[in-house]
Amino acid sequence: MSLNRKDLLGLEHLDKKDLQTILDSVKPFKSLFTRSVKKAPTLIGKTVVLLFYEPSTRTRTSFEIAAKRLSADVVNVPVSTSSVVKGECLIDTGKTLEAMKADYIIVRHSLAGAPDILARNLSASIINAGDGFHEHPTQGLLDLYTMYEKKKKIEGLKVLLVGDILHSRVAKSNMWALTKMGAQVAVSGPPTLIPAGIEDLGVKVYYDLDEALKQVDVVNILRIQLERQKENLFPSVYEYVELYQLTKERLRSAKKDVLIMHPGPMNRGIEISSDVADSSNAVINEQVTNGIAVRMAVLYLLTPKRKK
Amino acid sequence: MTEIILNAKQFQDKVSKLAKEIFENNKNVADLAIVGIQNKGVFLAKRIIFEIAKLANIKESQIPFGTLDITLYRDDLENFGSKMHTIKDTEIPFDMSRKNIVLIDDVLYTGRTVRAALDVLMSFGRPKSISLAVLVDRGFRELPIEPNYVGVKHESQKFIKVSCKESDEVDEVKIEI
Amino acid sequence: MSLQIKNIRIVDPSYNKDFIGDIYIENGKIVSSLSSKADKIVDGKGKIAVPGLIDVHAHLREPGQEGKETIYTGTRSAAKGGITTVFCMPNTKPVIDNAPTVEFILLKAQKEGLINVFPIGCATKGSFGQELSEIGVLKKAGIVAVSDDGVPVSNSQIMRRTLEYTKMFNLPVISHSEDNELSKNGAMNEGRNSTILGLRGIPKQAEEIIVSRDIMLAELTGGYLHIAHVSTSGSVDLVRQAKKKGVKVTAETCPHYFTLTDDVVKVYDANTKMNPPLREKKDVDAIKQGLADGTIDCIATDHAPHTQDEKNQEFDLAPFGIIGFETMLSLVLNELVDKKILSFSEAISKMTSNPAKIFNLNGRGSLEEGSIADITIIDPQYSYEFKKESIVSKSKNSPFLGRQFKGGAVVTIVDGNIVWQK
Repeated sequence: MSLNRKDLLGLEHLDKKDLQTILDSVKPFKSLFTRSVKKAPTLIGKTVVLLFYEPSTRTRTSFEIAAKRLSADVVNVPVSTSSVVKGECLIDTGKTLEAMKADYIIVRHSLAGAPDILARNLSASIINAGDGFHEHPTQGLLDLYTMYEKKKKIEGLKVLLVGDILHSRVAKSNMWALTKMGAQVAVSGPPTLIPAGIEDLGVKVYYDLDEALKQVDVVNILRIQLERQKENLFPSVYEYVELYQLTKERLRSAKKDVLIMHPGPMNRGIEISSDVADSSNAVINEQVTNGIAVRMAVLYLLTPKRKK
Repeated sequence: MTEIILNAKQFQDKVSKLAKEIFENNKNVADLAIVGIQNKGVFLAKRIIFEIAKLANIKESQIPFGTLDITLYRDDLENFGSKMHTIKDTEIPFDMSRKNIVLIDDVLYTGRTVRAALDVLMSFGRPKSISLAVLVDRGFRELPIEPNYVGVKHESQKFIKVSCKESDEVDEVKIEI
Repeated sequence: MSLQIKNIRIVDPSYNKDFIGDIYIENGKIVSSLSSKADKIVDGKGKIAVPGLIDVHAHLREPGQEGKETIYTGTRSAAKGGITTVFCMPNTKPVIDNAPTVEFILLKAQKEGLINVFPIGCATKGSFGQELSEIGVLKKAGIVAVSDDGVPVSNSQIMRRTLEYTKMFNLPVISHSEDNELSKNGAMNEGRNSTILGLRGIPKQAEEIIVSRDIMLAELTGGYLHIAHVSTSGSVDLVRQAKKKGVKVTAETCPHYFTLTDDVVKVYDANTKMNPPLREKKDVDAIKQGLADGTIDCIATDHAPHTQDEKNQEFDLAPFGIIGFETMLSLVLNELVDKKILSFSEAISKMTSNPAKIFNLNGRGSLEEGSIADITIIDPQYSYEFKKESIVSKSKNSPFLGRQFKGGAVVTIVDGNIVWQK
């Protein structure tokens, strides 16, 4: 019962057994939330550093709560106030934190591979909290767990990811986790936002959202970043909404009990209509709650280089 | 080589003895609640509830019952490395305040498990009292913890293995010699 | 000063010779016999002598970026790799778009260098791609070709003028073929691996579009075009067709493009980051095919040193480029000769007689009588592991660290002098 690894850099590196181990471990952590004391002493005396090079409220808060519920000491290193602005390089920042005896470093970075570089150079446990367009493994895991909790299984589920797949680390982590667990994964979005060679990863591509939605069990909607319009990846928000907004009407071709997921923060009225976001099929808030439990499980299951 | 400390019949007798003693001290059954420590303590707790219900002439379901896993509260997690325990359910499906809780475990040894179990319980609220019942007391305590109810006392630093019908097909307590 | 190399296998692609015999050197020239007893005798038993290797594409970083490499360290690194002549690209600081910088490099090389250093001049002033540089003046100062390497000449009109204008000097124009808009922000080859790693991709077409454009412009102008660092199957096809049509075009590739695929980028090791990026297996195969059928004329290093600190950062932030002097010959031997892609003689021709011919290096690239005595002695049995500690270059950014090689240079002779010896 362990992932047998120091770091969680991406779900690409986990196998089915590892993913099942994580799924099986979440419930005890989630059950802590209903107690009057929502805290266990599991990581007492451990230091968890949140090193965020990119603004994030959701993920950072979720990790902070997760670590605190396991009694770890949590230190936030937001980039604007750190020496990074003075031009300190990533590895030096990491080494400084390690010299302060950080046991876990949770890193969010706008460039892919930054957590890999830290993991290679430090003995602290590195958890990737999203790196560039690469991966966001804990988001992938919480999405996986939420589907598992609601549908009781992953194998055979038809899951559709909608939107900007090209720039989405969430999509990447979802694809790895879901395909490994035997789900059928499809993506839908304009061709300009679908990355090269994605079919090789076992994913079906649909440009037509209505076609893609037929008989799906889960729709995971990705946030569309409005600045992509400037790169000419789609001509206008209006056209994007016309083609890819998930609406009640469009959802009719999906299964009745379809789960609606969104990693947040949502652009209501753009990638998702409000009536869908607020419908009983939406599990967006459950995702947030599960996110804490999943991150607690990850902290528990990783094995930092412990002293002999 | 192993030596049998309790055979199937003796095992059941000790369970009955524990149930009887717990009942005698908790005549007001309405205030009593039983909590088993994962894994074997849960099986024992269920049996003790069965016996107490008979003695009190009530339904088993009338006695509040909970289970408890101490993994996250252990003081030795650092030593496990990759051999971490699978975490089992902790469920306390009743309001603990004003309950006299009897904690059930199979073997009491250093006292560390019970220390952790007390912390788990406390995170659910403030019970009126907590007492401890164990099937075997191995002695060699490392913490100031003593049981209120003991099936059998067998002081030893050798490993004592408890088998239960629920998981091992047979009721038996053995010691390696 | 005279030198005799005894009982050595002599392989000289320049006049198709392969025999065992002696080489005599007097006054820096190869001669048929010595006028008196040799001052020095080298036993060549079991070794192979070939014309000194010519690397037509390297960055020596001096002037301006001496933290990465200098003419002193770079020429020593090259000598260790069996290279006797190196062309240095003009993207120094300042760039080589004026005669004084050419003269500085030549002087520096004469004073501190171990091997021949021939500068390449900028095609356009400042390499900004806007106005032609004073190519005539640069030629007089000693350049062997023009290029804006590191960046393409994006404006087709300027590229046309460059190819046209250089005709009167008989100077090849070396094209760094890259469509800057298509490759913008890219860090590696676009494809399955860039998707997995979440890095922005550089499509092969970013290279091929410019290769294609420049071939058309060479056809239009009759200018001499040399395509630098060919990395894709499509580029090989384009050059092959152009040659068939009679366009004056030649091409080079680098050892990493026939050895590695973008699979090695996997762990975000910036020592696998170069421009053009490592491509896919079918490109590697096409490049080998292009070398075998003569489409690709030269093998060059694109030696691009960068400091450890520059490379040891986020993949996107790390600069493009790898060092190559000390691994080129061994990679050619192990990946092309041992794998029977090229004969030994063909392989050597890509680093000797072919570049000498393309860039008009009279008297070099040959062991014929009267040639300049630049000679590389190869020990085919020399086995070694390429280790960081053994690197002579100032920079250590190589994807081949830890690789096991068999066969390499053991003696490097420039102008009749032994400048390096294992």
